Amino acid sequence: MRVTRLLMGMPITVELVDGDATADDIEAAFDEFRAIDERFSTYKTTSEISAINRGELRWEQSSPLMQEIYQLAERTKRETDGYFDIRHGQLFDPSGVVKGWAIERVAQLLQQRGRKNYYVEAGGDIAAIGCNGSGQPWRVGIRNPFNREEIVKVLAVSNLGVATSGVSERGQHIYDPHHPDRLITDIMSLTVIGPNICDADRYATAAFAMGAPGISWLNTRSRFAGYLIDRRGVATMTESFHQFVV
Amino acid sequence: MMKKILISGIVILAFIGYVFRNKFGEKNDEGKVTAPTNLGNGSTTTTTTTYKDGTYTGSVADAFYGNVQVKVTVSGNKISDVTFLQYPNDRPNSVQINQQAMPLLTQEAIQTQSASVNVISGATQTSQAFVQSLRAALSQAA
Repeated sequence: MRVTRLLMGMPITVELVDGDATADDIEAAFDEFRAIDERFSTYKTTSEISAINRGELRWEQSSPLMQEIYQLAERTKRETDGYFDIRHGQLFDPSGVVKGWAIERVAQLLQQRGRKNYYVEAGGDIAAIGCNGSGQPWRVGIRNPFNREEIVKVLAVSNLGVATSGVSERGQHIYDPHHPDRLITDIMSLTVIGPNICDADRYATAAFAMGAPGISWLNTRSRFAGYLIDRRGVATMTESFHQFVV
Repeated sequence: MMKKILISGIVILAFIGYVFRNKFGEKNDEGKVTAPTNLGNGSTTTTTTTYKDGTYTGSVADAFYGNVQVKVTVSGNKISDVTFLQYPNDRPNSVQINQQAMPLLTQEAIQTQSASVNVISGATQTSQAFVQSLRAALSQAA
């Protein structure tokens, strides 16, 4: 069964292949997304992150989950030489790290409920577990950044995360924290395959912020593969990427 | 073998002479080889040696970033030509010295795929207005 709902400002899809999957599994998955949205949404004045941004709550006083996100953000910032930074001036926007973390939490929740073959997708980032309905590794397409109706690559993945950072045809939402006023214009999208969606998402965001050298940085991370598409429609891939291509 | 060592040695000395601007030597144009040296003040001095006509290939010398090997042509008892058979720029290593040492990654032109897939990974749709709105909202929260 496959269900799509709008949450956290984006369409979120959960597909369960197992014969013993139930509607309760679906509801449990979306309940978790809802709870995460309530806590981390910068659009909700009642969220915990909004309280932090208003100065009403200090990080040290925040909930364990909030502190977990803070630690994750700090670790990502270190690993990426500052290219990943949830702090923008005086405000914090952890959405870059929350999305992948949330998908991973829901994937683990479903695994705890006994599910073995499923995917969880939110805003183009995917946790693909087990196999699809045909008993094959999940077939994941990489969207053409120049035309949303098309795909430009087909991947076969199982028990991995696939995340894509990038610019849509109409704008961009990631910028270089080392040069905040400079738009990232040389690359259109960067897809990262990793052992889990949380790490794949963090690295996709950070590598994209690095610009064209991001794919070279990604090439140095073992257990991760990448596919970068630039403004000319030329793709650059890491050395291990070909293993996943159908 | 001896001839090769001799010629290599002489060519090297000639270059050293050129670099270190020897002051000794006299001009003698008959059957002599001259290696002009520029002192930088408009005057030159020369060193002179006699060679037998022919073509000589020097041994391969390790210049750290690569090999150097010269071929010398002597004609009319003069060095008429010096050719580098091997020079450090030949080798890929030396070309990359000023570049970051990293493997060249495979590239391709993107191509539309007609195969069906279970799910698609792509960047979320964002507009400039969305970004502006987000920033305005965050500034209110400050």
